[in-house]
Amino acid sequence: MLLEAKNIGITYTSKEKEVKALDKVSFEVESRDFFSIIGPSGCGKTTILKVISGLIKSTKGEIVKPEDFEVGYVFQEPTLLEWRNVIDNIILPLEIKGIAKKESYKKARKLLKLINLEGFKNVYPKDLSGGMKQRVAIARALICEPEVLLMDEPFGALDEPTRLKLNTELNRIWRETKKTIIFVTHNVQEAVFLSNKIAVLTKRPGKVKKILKIDLPEERKLKLLDSEKFIKLVTRIRKSFEGY
Amino acid sequence: MNKKTIFLQVLVFILFIFLWKFVIFIFKFPEFILPSPESVFIEWYLLLKSGSLLNHTLTTLYEILAGFGIGILLGLIPGYFVAKSKQVEQTLSPYLVALQTAPKIALAPLIVIWFGFGLLSKIVIVALIVFFPILVNTIVGIKSVDKNLLDLMKISKATKLQIFRLIELPSSLPVLFAAFKTGITLAVIGAVVGEFVGANSGLGYLTIYAAGLMDTPQVFVAILQLTVLGIILYLIIDFLENIIIPWYKNKGEKDVVRS
Repeated sequence: MLLEAKNIGITYTSKEKEVKALDKVSFEVESRDFFSIIGPSGCGKTTILKVISGLIKSTKGEIVKPEDFEVGYVFQEPTLLEWRNVIDNIILPLEIKGIAKKESYKKARKLLKLINLEGFKNVYPKDLSGGMKQRVAIARALICEPEVLLMDEPFGALDEPTRLKLNTELNRIWRETKKTIIFVTHNVQEAVFLSNKIAVLTKRPGKVKKILKIDLPEERKLKLLDSEKFIKLVTRIRKSFEGY
Repeated sequence: MNKKTIFLQVLVFILFIFLWKFVIFIFKFPEFILPSPESVFIEWYLLLKSGSLLNHTLTTLYEILAGFGIGILLGLIPGYFVAKSKQVEQTLSPYLVALQTAPKIALAPLIVIWFGFGLLSKIVIVALIVFFPILVNTIVGIKSVDKNLLDLMKISKATKLQIFRLIELPSSLPVLFAAFKTGITLAVIGAVVGEFVGANSGLGYLTIYAAGLMDTPQVFVAILQLTVLGIILYLIIDFLENIIIPWYKNKGEKDVVRS
C-alpha cells in the first residue's frame, strides 16, 4: 500500500456556524493504482487532493504516506507560465529545486516525447490549444518523478473529442510510466474508462459511499466505450449516485 | 501599418495645417493670438539653433526621468507589501483612498516652498504624481497572480524569493507596464506644473515666460516640444514592453494550433 486516508474530516468555521466539508473519508491507494474519486460538485473532491498534497491540513484523521512523499499536481486549468515556452514550463519544478538546466532539459525532452509534443518545445502557451496545454501541465507534474500524480478534473474544461483523446493518452501515460494516479472527476464515464478503482463520494459533507474495483484490462481503447460491460458499469455507478 | 493608412495619416496632417491657415484667414487673428504654422516653425528652428530649446528640454527631461524613477521605486516596494498582507492593506486603505483623491497638482506650490525653485522641487512633484498609479497597479498585479500557480509553488517547496522571481514579478509585469505608461504621461504634467509655479529653466518655464511676453509662437514651440518629448518617452516604454514581455503583447493574435 502506498497511501492511506484515515478518517479524514474537514470542518470550516465561519462566523455563525461550522461547515462540514468532509466526514470520515477513508480509502487506500496501492502503488500503480489509477484511483478515481467521483461525486457531485461541491462534495469536497478537490479538498481531498489538497489534503493529500499537504496544501490543506485536515481537521480530523490523517494521511498515512511514506517519508519524502512527492506529488505532481494537475489543475482543471493548465496554469502554465505564459512568459515561458513549453520546455521551460516543464522544467519549472526542477528549477525550484536548483537542478542544472542541462539535466532538466534532458528529462523534459523525454517527457515531451511521452506527451507527443516533441515539435513544440519552443512554443509559448498562447499558441497552444487547450488540450495541448493540459498535456504540458501533465509533463510538468511528472518531471519530479513524484510518487503520486494528483489530477483535479484535468479535462473538465475541454470539448468532448479532445477529452476522449486525452483520456486514451492518459491511459497510455499511466501504463508507460507505471505511476500511481489519483484522479478527481464528476464524469462517471471518464472515471470508469480510466480507473482500476473508483471511490464514490456522497454530497456534502463528502463521505465515501463505496469503493469499486473496475475489472477491465489495463489498456483502454475508445471502442471500450461502446462495450456492454462498460456501459453496465457506468450505469451501475450512476445509479448509486441517484441513491441520495 | 499599410501604405493606405500612412497616406491617410499624412492627409489628415495636411488638412489640419490648412484648417489652421483658414481660421487665421477668416477671423484675421493677429500673430499674438494665433500665430501661423510657418511662424511657429521658424520660431522653433531659431530656438533650436540657438541651443536654448535644447537646454530647456534637457532640464525638463532630467526632472521627468529622476522623478519617474523615484516614483516607481516608492510605488513598487510598498505596493508589494500591501498586496501580500491583508492587515497592512486594511490599515492603509482609507489613507490610500485619501491619497488617490487628493489633487497632487495642488501640492505643487507647497513643494516649491519646501524644496526651492531648483530641480529638486520638480523631481519631488513628479515622483509624487507618478507614485500613486504605480502603487495601485503593483497591488493589483501581485494580487491577480493565479492562486493555482501559488499552490503549485507551495507543493514544489519554493522559497518566497523564488515565488516572487518566478511567478509574482512576471505575472504583474503587464499591469506594471500599463502603469508605467500612465506614469510617464503624468510625469510630464508634473514637471510642467512644477515649473509653472517657480523655476528658471525647463519647457514649462519657457511656456510661462513666453506667455508673459505675449510671444505666442514661442508658447506654441514649447508646447509642441513637450508633446514630442512625451510621445518619445511613451514610445520608449512601449518598446521596452515589447522586448521584456513579448509573450503578453502578441497575445491572441496568432492562430491557435489544434491538438
